[in-house]
Amino acid sequence: MTAFFQSLGMTYDWAWFVATICGILLIALPLMLAVAMIIYVDRKIWAAMALRRGPNVVGPFGLLQSFADGLKVFLQETIVPSAANKGIFLIAPVVTFTIALMAWAVIPFNSGAMLADINVGLLYILAISSLGVYGTIMAGWASNSKYPFFSAMRASAQMISYEVSIGFIIICVVLWSGTFNMNDIVKAQQGHVFGIFNGFVFNPLLFPMWVMFLISSLAETQRAPFDLTEAESELVAGYQTEYSSMAFAAYWLGEYANVLLMCALNTTLFFGGWLPPLDWAPLYLVPGFIWFLLKVFFFFFVFSWVKATVPRYRYDQLMRLGWKVFLPVSLLFVVLVSGYLMLTRYS
Amino acid sequence: MIHVIAFYLFAVMTVASGAITILSRNPVHSVLWLILAFFNAAGLMVLVGAEFIAMLLVIVYVGAVAVLFLFVVMMLDIDFAELRAGFVRYFPLGALVALVLLAEIVLGVGAYRAGSLELGTPDGTAAVAEGLSNTTAIGALLYSRYLFLFEAAGIILLVAMIGAIVLTHRQRGEALVQNISKQNARRPDEATVNVKPEVGKGVTL
Repeated sequence: MTAFFQSLGMTYDWAWFVATICGILLIALPLMLAVAMIIYVDRKIWAAMALRRGPNVVGPFGLLQSFADGLKVFLQETIVPSAANKGIFLIAPVVTFTIALMAWAVIPFNSGAMLADINVGLLYILAISSLGVYGTIMAGWASNSKYPFFSAMRASAQMISYEVSIGFIIICVVLWSGTFNMNDIVKAQQGHVFGIFNGFVFNPLLFPMWVMFLISSLAETQRAPFDLTEAESELVAGYQTEYSSMAFAAYWLGEYANVLLMCALNTTLFFGGWLPPLDWAPLYLVPGFIWFLLKVFFFFFVFSWVKATVPRYRYDQLMRLGWKVFLPVSLLFVVLVSGYLMLTRYS
Repeated sequence: MIHVIAFYLFAVMTVASGAITILSRNPVHSVLWLILAFFNAAGLMVLVGAEFIAMLLVIVYVGAVAVLFLFVVMMLDIDFAELRAGFVRYFPLGALVALVLLAEIVLGVGAYRAGSLELGTPDGTAAVAEGLSNTTAIGALLYSRYLFLFEAAGIILLVAMIGAIVLTHRQRGEALVQNISKQNARRPDEATVNVKPEVGKGVTL
């Protein structure tokens, strides 16, 4: 895109600047629209699984429900508790929201269609997602209230625990594809198994990694059954108890943007990103970003399916799963994958 | 142009947030400013072409170490008067430590400029191997020339971790322990009984 703006007669600096701003808007605006619609879809799916109707009043089929909710939240009064640490209290939702958007810079929507085609794309995602916990911790501490504080403690312990196994799972994928670049990781999955299936998930050594990645991504985004940070039966609403109005909305949007990001990561790392599921010429006639979006929405369906059906974990069960099951198993698979590649590819 | 703006932005932010880290009275604010300093230092690393190190800086320091810092500091009962009380007494020691650090940095830069160490080019630019990505270059060096040092570092860290666990682990005799496999093996018919009591009689279990 920089080249296009340069052809309009701009200097490189300005062309780069304008191109980056355009790229950000091109990703962020559809993402916000997608988040609004995905909240509606989420509620419809839960409703269908509970034999209810779900939102059906605002607009046709209730399609405008999220926008009505947004307007309601926007018109609310912003309340800052008098005992809160004001600066951090107000920065925290902005941090959460910004970080939820930042990671999208390296997600490839189509072949090469990404904002930043960097060599360390996957590490960048790991770095940004490890920042996500700060919004929660800052909110919990700055609220100066017991329930948000408990929630912040839980959130930080939970995120650190699951990031360890996510790191090992990502290492397996990186070993197999031989690169950290997200676009090249997708390309490495073309015809991966028998030259037919596009995707690391069809590889017997990486399939268990994907299952663990899916569960870890549920824990990382604090979705059910791992939503202990906002367990309403214990902690009122967790870290967002004291928030109202747009600050609350920022958490809400950030949370769903993170869920979508995890769906996109599942797609990119294991399901061949913008590649069609089979390496068969007619399927390539469909544009890549349609395959990408289809896969992302499929994973979002899985996320809300899990939320509608699985009961919440106990906190000790959560910690046990992270440290005593996922960590040793993912470590074992790092050894297995690297050993297999050592014997077959590099010997 | 962009390089210059970005460099001065990151550099000023790093120095400023580093200064506020030691000047701010509230320890939680200190840690948050420290995180900002780490983050901007990562930005500087990207500017010199060390993107791998930059990402590791964010993942390790911001993502893990600072979270644990914050975790501990948040639970402190902060008493500001007490925090200020020891300032004069500890000032000479603090100044000494600062001097030592400064001397080490000057010495390090001097040795690097002299070019006797095979670390990079002596004129101060980063030595990125042409046509190799950062990750590949580091990996090729780390797993060939520095393999034993690398593994020794790994073993030291492992021993330290096991040592910490052994030192802090204590058997508490009175604590109840869960048997997870027993819990998972439980079935509804072992745990529940279905009784049909007469109305008004109640049940004995």
